[in-house]
Formats: sequence, structure tokens, C-alpha cells
Amino acid sequence: MYKLVATLIALSAPLCANALNIFACEPEWAALVREIASADTDLTVATTAFQDPHALQARPSLIAAVRSADLVICSGADLEIGWLPLLLRRAGNPVTQQGSPGYFLAADYVRRLEVPKSIDRAQGDVHPQGNPHIHLHPRNIARVADALAERLSDIDSGNSAGYAARLANFQRRWEDAQTDWDKRATRLAGMRLASHHRSFSYLAEWLDLDIVATLEAKPGIPPSGAQLANLLEQLTPNPPVGIIRTPYENEKPSAWLSQRLDIPEIELPFTVGGNDAAVDLFSLYDETLRMLEEHAH
Amino acid sequence: MNISRSILTLLFVVLPVSGVNAQDSAGEIAELRKLVAEMRTDYEARISALEERLATAERAARSAARDAGEAYEIAEQTAIDQGAGTTSPNIYNPAIGAILMGGYADVNTGWDEIPGFQPGGEIGTGDSGFTLGEAEINVNANIDSRYFGNLTIGLHEDEGELEVGIEEASFQTSAVPLGVTVTAGRFFSAAGYLNGFHFHADDFVDRPLPYQAFLGGRYSVDGIQGRWIAPTALLFEIGAELNWGGAFPATANGETSPGTYTLFTKLGGDIGDSHSWQIGLSHTAADAIDRSGAHMHDPQEPVETFTGDSNLTVADVVWKWAPQGNNSLRSLKIQGEYFRRSENGLYADVDYDGDQAGWYLQGIWQFAQTWRAGLRHDVVDSDNGPLLVGTELEDPGRSSWRNSLMLDWSPSEFSRLRLQYINDHVLAESENQWYLQYIMSVGAHGAHQY
Repeated sequence: MYKLVATLIALSAPLCANALNIFACEPEWAALVREIASADTDLTVATTAFQDPHALQARPSLIAAVRSADLVICSGADLEIGWLPLLLRRAGNPVTQQGSPGYFLAADYVRRLEVPKSIDRAQGDVHPQGNPHIHLHPRNIARVADALAERLSDIDSGNSAGYAARLANFQRRWEDAQTDWDKRATRLAGMRLASHHRSFSYLAEWLDLDIVATLEAKPGIPPSGAQLANLLEQLTPNPPVGIIRTPYENEKPSAWLSQRLDIPEIELPFTVGGNDAAVDLFSLYDETLRMLEEHAH
Repeated sequence: MNISRSILTLLFVVLPVSGVNAQDSAGEIAELRKLVAEMRTDYEARISALEERLATAERAARSAARDAGEAYEIAEQTAIDQGAGTTSPNIYNPAIGAILMGGYADVNTGWDEIPGFQPGGEIGTGDSGFTLGEAEINVNANIDSRYFGNLTIGLHEDEGELEVGIEEASFQTSAVPLGVTVTAGRFFSAAGYLNGFHFHADDFVDRPLPYQAFLGGRYSVDGIQGRWIAPTALLFEIGAELNWGGAFPATANGETSPGTYTLFTKLGGDIGDSHSWQIGLSHTAADAIDRSGAHMHDPQEPVETFTGDSNLTVADVVWKWAPQGNNSLRSLKIQGEYFRRSENGLYADVDYDGDQAGWYLQGIWQFAQTWRAGLRHDVVDSDNGPLLVGTELEDPGRSSWRNSLMLDWSPSEFSRLRLQYINDHVLAESENQWYLQYIMSVGAHGAHQY
């Protein structure tokens, strides 16, 4: 028995060393962790920009990663409802269970849009807590960064000075970048766009984009041919500038509609890694603005 | 800039006039100089006044913007706080969900026993016609910071009688460190791959033959399970279960079998972004005391029972692929399991030393966002020796096998309609079977189990 315990401790030792072990559900939060946490942080990202974060499964590698994590950072607002609770349960890690310091949901720290007044599955896979795709509004990133730095200091108090310094540095650069983005944003205000899913609501709020149509009539339910035909009819008199979608969404509906309306499909990077230029949060925003500017009048 | 331009304009206007009389030029020039100087002073005074007004306006605007920003912050913070407030009462409510299953079957004679096997539960093809399948009610939630609780009730009717079954009633630890979890109560055994899933999550209408033959469809444990996950990048897990319950393959007639245990291990990981895999191995040793089959057709017929040791080994493998790992649009899943069992003891008061084996291999291809097609081959085979001629376990001298094809459509994550065809060679006489099935999920969002 002692031998077994000794072996377990020996096995766990390399991972209990100083470096924090962080599990991020989505690439945007992994990118934020890279800004705030120290460079030697051991970081696992559950999804890539090309994977639908709603649809993930609690696959073996993720169970193994959560088992050794000191912090789990996810979007929350039920985006990961299908797999995160199961993952936490299967991994059995006490420090990352719901309500523990190692459980961090970004959506808890921002004002959520589209919180439904009534909830019924007939409306599609609606998220009762509002739209969970919160990361394309710079103010939300700033708020989550503050909260994340505070949380990291809580669970790793020995390095809190480092977190505070990196947070201050990040916030300064983020504010500078925002000054530039806000200038560029004036050109995009009122830009009329259609969107595949409600993935860009926060971006639209920030840039004052006019999302005139969503291809999915109900969130999470693929649009039918009839729905698309209706949309075509509705949009033909005054077509939007383009159709935006994420890299993981089905390209067929937007391709069909854009061809008939003779407007471009714009596959925005959506998150870090969504295209070659979007390598961190700054370049994600730069690239998103650049792609929209390309199509703005 | 503006001042100099105005002065120049003024000079151009004034100069030609001054050129008319040359004699007066000296006096005029002095006068003009004076005029220009006066105008400059006047302009400078007006400009500085304007600049002051501009600075005041700018200060006012800045302060207004700051006030607006502060107001926005306060409003946003209020929204965030209220958002948290309105959702928090629900966090403590358990996830409650119900599953509705049923459908239509077209079978010929069908079967409810597999030749050479003692049936361990409600197995078989079912009857032709419309069947209201099992309705399932699941309630689960964190009990407190240490335990998670899970209850599943299954409801179905058998010949007009309502049968209520406790499928799962267990709690699991969530506060034990070092990768250890302990589960106690009634739960699905970790033996095999498919055994950990609810029936409604299956890819076919029915369980593969080895599950029906060796486990009566599913192996539930009444007891305790401990599992440990190694701190490695690959999932490496080992665990053990002790079963005091009487579920097949232990004694199914109410006697408890404290000698029944399962040891299992699982290993799994990813290959790049697109592939993931898991393999598992388990061994279940069961004590059977007067174990009878689940079906008794004729009360006059003497009940054949088994007393002895039953040892079952299951090896399973699953491999999943999706383009760039994006399984919401297209995916492929291949899974297979191999079962091997040996039983020693007395069967119907005859010395019995039997070996049975079985396996299945299936592939599920999600070819469009809402459509999947599947193909399955399953087979079981028994070698029960020559002494059991005339009993239920009499060697059929052949293996039982099937080929199945299925097509299902899931317009949302919560509903599924399925068509399945089976070419059935379980009995000596083969037959074709057709099934239409619905699986509807109400309430809590189901878990995306791997």
C-alpha cells in the first residue's frame, strides 16, 4: 500500500511542480491565459478554431488533461453544457469542480446579450443564460482579463505580483489597440451583414454592425431549404454586404445564399487560430476588422 | 494659417488702390501698417477667445464622456450582477430529463433466447407491431461539494403490467484528490465500451449480440466502484468494482453474490486534431448460485439453473474521426468489442464446463449534419461440451450472427428518428427484420459521452 501511494506521489510530482496546469475550453481563453499567466504554464486547449465548441465530446485526452488541471477556463453560459460537466465528473479533480477556485467561466464576468425572455426547445438550442460567444467585444476581454488575473492570484498567490504586472501590461496594450480599433470601427458602423449562427452578436454590438438576418432560424438547428429560400426572397430587394460565418460552421447554406444574392461569404477567423493571421487576441481583432473593412463601402 | 491668409487677401485688395497716387505713398504705407497691426491685434484677440471656448468645450466633452463611461460601467456591472442573480437559483436545481422511445417493428418469428446461451435479461427481437419502448427519467446534480448524485428510472409495460426499474441510483465522489473517484449504489459497470451508455445513446435499435448473450443487454452493478486516472497526457485509467447485486451474469434470482468483481483498464488519446481513440480491457468474475434464465415460458417446465463460476473478459476499441475534429458536420466512428467467457460448475445438475465467445464491429458515418448511416456485424458462438444435450445450453453446432444497417436523422440534438434493417441468423432459420424507432429527449441537455 505504501509503495502504491509512494508511486502515485512520484507520478504526480512532475505535474505538481511550480508551473500551473491550465485547461482552456476555447482558443480565445487559451490566448488570454498566455497573456496573463507565466510563460511556463502548461496549457491544454480543448477545441481548435475549426471545431464547434457546442458539439465536443468528453474524449479521453480531455479527461486526462482536466484530471491534472489547476484551473479550467471556459466560456460558460451553457456553451459547453454538453461536455464540460461530464468531463469534470469523469476527471474527478476536486480543484476544478463547479464552484471551486479552479473553475472559471468567462461569461460570468460580462453583460450577456440575447438572454431569452422565455425558454423552450421549440425555439432551438437556446442558451437560457444568453449568448455565450462573448469574446469578440474588447470590453469583455478586458473584464475577463481582470477577473482571470485575480483568480490566478488566488490559486497561485506566490506569483500574484507577476499576474498583476502582466495584467497591467496587457490592459495597457489592449487599450492602445482599442483606440486604433475604435477609429477603424467608425467606418464599419451600420454595415449590413447576414450571419450563419448568432456567433457575432457581441462583435455587432461593438462595431454597430447591422446583422439583418441569421441563416439558422433557430440556434443550433441547421437551416432548411425552405428557410433559405424565404431568406433569399426577403433579402433580395436590399441584400446585405456579405454573409459572415465562423470556420467551423457549415459553409453550404451561406455559399448557396451568397451566390444567389451575389454577395461575398466572409469566413471571419472568429477565434485565435481561425486563420493564419489570427495568432493571438490582438491579431484576431485586427484581422476581423481588416476582413470587414475589405467589404465595407 | 487663417490669419496670414486673411492678411494677404487684405493686402492684395488694398495695394492696387494705394498705387494710384505715388506722392501720398509714404503716408499711406504708414497708415496701412497701422491698419494691419490693428487688424492683427484684433484677430489675435478673437482667436484666443475662440481657443478658450474650444478648450472649455473640450473639457466639458471629456467630462461628459467620462460620466457617460462611468454610467455605462455601472449599468453593465448591474446587468452582470443581476444576470448572476437570476441564474443562481437554477444552479442548485438538478438536471431533469426524460427520454421517450418507441417504434414499429416488422419481424417474422423472432427470438427471445440465443441458442447455447442462458438468457440474462429481456433480450431478443421483440414482437411485430408498434411498441411503446422504455421511458426513462433522469435526475442528476451535485449533492454538495463532495458528491454527485444520479438517478435514472426506467418505465415500461410488459403484457399490460407497468414495470418500474431503477436503472441507476448512485453517488460519485468529486472531492477525492489524485485522480481517484469512488462511485457507490447502482451504476452501469465499466466493463466493455457500450455498457457505459444508456440505451437511448446507442447507434442501433438493439444491443449487439454479445451484449445480449453475455450481459442480458447491460451489466449493472449494485455495489461500489473505484477508479484512478493516471497523471499522464494519454488517458490511462484503472478501476475495480465489487458487486453485491444479483444482476446477470451473477445470480439473477435475488441471491446476492459478494464474490462478484470486475477489474478494468482504459487507455485513450488523440492523434492530431482529427482522430481520437480508446481501448479497454475488463475482466468480470461472477459467483452464480442457482442462476436461472430470464424467461420461463412454461411454468410446468423444470427451471434449469447454473451454480458455479462465470469469468468474462471483454476487450474493446473505439476510433473516431472528424475533419479537423469538427464532429458537428461530418464524422466517422468505428467500434468493436470482443467477449470471451468461461463457466464452470453445475448446469441443470450436470457437470458444465463451457466456453463462449462473441464480437461485433460497427461503423457509423455521419454524412451530413443531421444524417448518419451505420453498418454492424455481430456474432456469438458457444462451446458447452457434449453433456448438456437436451438442456437450454445444448450446443447448436453453429454460431449466431446478424448483419444490420441503419439510417438515422436528428434535426436537433434532442430528437432522432431511425430506420434499421437486420439480416438475422440467430436461429437456424434466417429472417429479415425492419425497425422504425424514435428517441426523443425532453429537459436537461444530454451529455456528449465519448
